[in-house]
Amino acid sequence: MTSVARRATVGARIGFPPWAQNVTGVALLLGLFEAVPQTGLVPAAYLPPLHRVVAALAEEVARPLFWFSLYETLRGWAIGLVIAATAAIAVGILIGTTPFLRTATHSTIEFLRPIPSVALIPLAVLLFGTDLRSKLLLIVYASFWQVLIQVLYGVQDLDPVARDTARSYRFSRWGLVRHVIWPTALPYVMTGLRLASAVALVLAVTSELIIGAPGLGQQIALAQSGGATATLYAYVVVTGLVGIAINTLARWTERRALAWHPSVRGEVAP
Amino acid sequence: MNRLTRRLTATVALPTLLVLLWWWASARSTSFYLPPLRRILATFPEVWTGERITTDVLPSLARLGIGYLLAAVLGIGAGVMIGQYRLVRGITEPALEFFRAIPPPVLVPVLMLFFGIGDQMKVIVIAAGAVWPILLNTVEGVRAVDPVMVDTARSYHIGRWSRLRRLTLPAAGPQIFAGLRQAVSIAIILMVISEMFAATEGLGFAIIQFQRTFAIPEMWSGTILLGLLGFSLAMLFRLAEHRVLFWYHGMRAAARDQ
Repeated sequence: MTSVARRATVGARIGFPPWAQNVTGVALLLGLFEAVPQTGLVPAAYLPPLHRVVAALAEEVARPLFWFSLYETLRGWAIGLVIAATAAIAVGILIGTTPFLRTATHSTIEFLRPIPSVALIPLAVLLFGTDLRSKLLLIVYASFWQVLIQVLYGVQDLDPVARDTARSYRFSRWGLVRHVIWPTALPYVMTGLRLASAVALVLAVTSELIIGAPGLGQQIALAQSGGATATLYAYVVVTGLVGIAINTLARWTERRALAWHPSVRGEVAP
Repeated sequence: MNRLTRRLTATVALPTLLVLLWWWASARSTSFYLPPLRRILATFPEVWTGERITTDVLPSLARLGIGYLLAAVLGIGAGVMIGQYRLVRGITEPALEFFRAIPPPVLVPVLMLFFGIGDQMKVIVIAAGAVWPILLNTVEGVRAVDPVMVDTARSYHIGRWSRLRRLTLPAAGPQIFAGLRQAVSIAIILMVISEMFAATEGLGFAIIQFQRTFAIPEMWSGTILLGLLGFSLAMLFRLAEHRVLFWYHGMRAAARDQ
């Protein structure tokens, strides 16, 4: 009827479904990556054409150092995320279920949370050098707050009727946490974990780039200082792909963990 | 009054306790890396007042401000475009997903190739990293504008500009602000990192320089300054958000009270 509706259907009508649009998008991106340096619009010294980056990537993939770097980055990411999430969930439930702690810690949390974790880089270098602990300090500090805040929101979301029912049935404190609070807070916890998993990767790569801890970031710094531009771009592309893989994994986990939850179930039901 | 004092106590009690604890625990510290808080606080004014404000602090803040503004303008502008047209969205989606997934600090060595290590590089690094949360949240916000309202505005022949100003932007406002808030913390991180990686002045450079010359109390004072900076910017942002989105917070509060 309106031009909005017409425009919205135009793509589908001329046989241009969403997946084809996405494929066109990818092709366009790759094409530009090749064409822009080729035509000299941007000097190839700064932006090597796609085929050279792919060649550099192929060369790197054949070296064990590449796989070792990838492993180091992912290892720091995973350990840091697990420590941060465990601590944040435990602390969050404790604070969230105790009104006194909640009011007492509010200002402190609001003050500590926005402190950029990169402010800790000099300290990490002095205390731990290029050790894994350096990387973990930054990752854990940054991801902890992401999860904690969501857990606090989640616990606050508790349905008073459910809480009172549990109380009249004389649930123990642990039973209340396990059967009432945890299921309520889970969607929030999952959001927190998804945000934290992205932040943890950023901090993992940062610590490698700045401190020189082994990993993909360190390879980027090495390629940059060695003037190996194509290799530099190859590693940047790899960090992007790792980022996409982590996002996909986080969303998949979220859907799995919340399969019972109305917000996810509703999408499947007609 | 009584309630006010109690709230005030709750706000100040724990922070005070923690600072005192730090003070007390570090007072007799002989560790080289963990100097007494007294010494850190004593070096603070002497390090961060005077010349260093004009050579390191202000240039950093200026780059942060310009880069962030650039990201906001680009992100909201492109986000409105992409959000409104389904075809543009379909084509740009893979590129956006990819660029969003790249950890922003990786941009520093790449953009150094193009722009050297001057102010321009740092501003562009901040803008290029902070733009993604703003852009993606704007796209989502614009996409979620009630189609009935869009159609109503159209049938009343409300022009493109006033539709944007009076319908699209306010409706997407809360989501846009969520993106702007995420972008603040990314921008601070990138400001510090771009100066730590390659610079001759700036906050991040000064702090890493203290660390390399083992000027430990000075380094700690820099860490505290960065913390205060992050906190103040978060407060400033909250103030701005409440001013711009006062109608939204009012609406939410009203919905909660019902």
